Amino acid sequence: MDNIAGQKSGLSIATNLSVIALVLIWLIPTVGLLVSSFREREQISESGWWRAAFSVSQAYRVSPSADGAVQDGDRWVLEGNLFENEEGAGSGTVSGFGITSRDPSAAEPGQTYARYEVFVMEDGEQDDTNIEIAYPADGQPEFPDTDEDGNEILSDPAPVFDRALTVMENGDFRYEDVDEIDRAPSVYITAPQPPEFTLDNYEQILTSDNMDQAFMNTLTVAIPATIIPIVVAAFAAYALAWMDFAARGFMIAMVVGLLVVPLQIALVPLLTLHNQVGIGQSFLGVWLAHTAFGMPLAIYLLRNYMIGLPRDIIECAKVDGATDFQIFTRIVLPLSFPALASFAIFQFLWTWNDLLVAKVFLPSQSDSWVMTVKIADDLLGSRGGDWGILAAAAFVSIAVPLLVFFAMQKYLVRGLLAGSVK
Amino acid sequence: MSPILLGFVTIAIGVGGCAAYFYASNYVLDRFIFPPRTDDKGRNIARAEMVRPWLFVFPAIFFLSLYLIYPVVGSFWRSLFNRSGEEFIGLGNYAQMFSEEGFRVALFNNILWVIFVPAAATFFGLLVAQLTDRLKWGNLAKSMIFMPMAISFVGASLIWKFVYANDPDIGIINAVRDLFGMEPIDVLQIQFWNNFFIMFIMVWMQTGFAMVILSAALRGIPEETIEAAIIDGAGPFQIFFKIKVPQIMPTIVVVWTTITILVLKVFDIVYAMTGGNFDTEILPSYMMDYMFRDDGRATAVAFVIMIIVTPVMVWNIIQARREMR
Repeated sequence: MDNIAGQKSGLSIATNLSVIALVLIWLIPTVGLLVSSFREREQISESGWWRAAFSVSQAYRVSPSADGAVQDGDRWVLEGNLFENEEGAGSGTVSGFGITSRDPSAAEPGQTYARYEVFVMEDGEQDDTNIEIAYPADGQPEFPDTDEDGNEILSDPAPVFDRALTVMENGDFRYEDVDEIDRAPSVYITAPQPPEFTLDNYEQILTSDNMDQAFMNTLTVAIPATIIPIVVAAFAAYALAWMDFAARGFMIAMVVGLLVVPLQIALVPLLTLHNQVGIGQSFLGVWLAHTAFGMPLAIYLLRNYMIGLPRDIIECAKVDGATDFQIFTRIVLPLSFPALASFAIFQFLWTWNDLLVAKVFLPSQSDSWVMTVKIADDLLGSRGGDWGILAAAAFVSIAVPLLVFFAMQKYLVRGLLAGSVK
Repeated sequence: MSPILLGFVTIAIGVGGCAAYFYASNYVLDRFIFPPRTDDKGRNIARAEMVRPWLFVFPAIFFLSLYLIYPVVGSFWRSLFNRSGEEFIGLGNYAQMFSEEGFRVALFNNILWVIFVPAAATFFGLLVAQLTDRLKWGNLAKSMIFMPMAISFVGASLIWKFVYANDPDIGIINAVRDLFGMEPIDVLQIQFWNNFFIMFIMVWMQTGFAMVILSAALRGIPEETIEAAIIDGAGPFQIFFKIKVPQIMPTIVVVWTTITILVLKVFDIVYAMTGGNFDTEILPSYMMDYMFRDDGRATAVAFVIMIIVTPVMVWNIIQARREMR
């Protein structure tokens, strides 16, 4: 069918391109967060995740030892290499430097960055101020005509030298000062930091942010809430598919109707009920609630599947004297495995990902938070801008569903196709 | 007992209890209540067969009626009382609610959601289903677009919060704006349009669902109708809009209504993205604002959602009954 009439090759290219574009749009957000979860937290705020593979320019404060400063004419001079005694200051290449933390890349390597005291005319009066200028290391400073505020800089009296710093790309520096250099000067440099990928974010949320506890809570909620409704629903589905009784049609209609009942309607009355019978807000309450809320879909899916099983097998078994209980457990249940798997995946994803039921039916103390509650109510607030932590938390919570999804996609698709009311 | 241990005990009790219940109840029915003895064997078997289905459906009926049917009545009844639940105020909660700006905003936004999300998700789903239909790597592409279905609404919100971040070094939208020399903006704070940025998260998640169903429907179209159209000289667009789409119209309606129902239930996205601030509230999140604080108001909102859902419910039941005949 690839080359049927009406399928033009131009159209085929356009089709390929648009599918690529759509897939990219659909994937990029997730990939971005995934990449970020492995990045150093400082790098995340320095550059976007799409540049994660490249170096990040970061600012460092370096204090070379003042030992070895010598007097040279009217100035004190200190020479050395900035990277000599400094650990962790980038990759050993200077991409910019300065003498204030405000502007750590005021000058480029190979330049001299100097501070002069200059005299200006401000409102008709002579005043003095400091200016900083960068010029080639082998050249002379050229003073601008005006300072930052637009006041004219006077050439008489001449500017007075205060201090100057020259830094080469490899970190060699020369520091000159009019005063004696008796303590370590502060030099600010920017140096590219190679891309760094770590598991620190994961380690932190799992050890100090209690995400491990939330993970266990989610697991605790999800597993019983997946298995119990299957058992209950399977029996009912069998009765609705293969047993003849008066209210059958009505019950099927009821199940179809209940499929769309919004959960919101159940919250207040059931919480009140749970409190009255002593269940209160607890794991037991969540399991019961999830079991019931998953019931309509479970019955609907399983009944639709069971009714499609060959009538002959079941009638033969009946003729041979099998009871309904035996037919159900020995024949129908094993044959319905695909439908059971479909529903199990749905219910597992739903209970794992649920926020609403967990918020209402679980205690509000932090030791019974599930991961969705933990992220939505705690991390998004307290770790608002800390994307490394947030990203790692998100991936801890979505790793299991994604795994289930990719491993069992076939059953999920089958379930979707059977579950939508046709 | 640690919760996880409690969980396993519950599984054992739940599954074992169910199995024991079904086995024991069937046993009791056959052995003691209506035993097939010689004197009126036939009548007893017939009676047992009448009772047995109810044994099978009883646990399910129990859960359905207690957790889904009773609450509809219970919520309505509770919504007629004031906040503390002591004073009967009739429709007072509803009257109060409809007079408030907050509720009207939530209702208006919810209408936007109900119009935009199913339409966009169905549109993208149909687009992907059609485009990947004859593509060699179509299944891979579909799998990627289907993937967000597995992610929780909270996780998806986090993923998109990252995309929308108000910092060109973090959020990709602002990075693109930065590339064109524009100032970074916080898209979640642009009144009215922020709704669409939040809705798109839902579209992103539901497109996969629409795609899977519609893709199967497209595959189910009889090949002859398409071949006939090609022979008659129809172009690819004509084939799609005039041959394929009309034939899968019933499936499109199903997808559309299913997503509509979902949109009326999901509070997580708004809750995680804005917490309902900047005029992005919708009814489910509006309800959660009152949950634990004012049960009268919360149940009133829930009942409004229920009323909105009812037509779909009735329609579904009619469809199901028609199919059973």
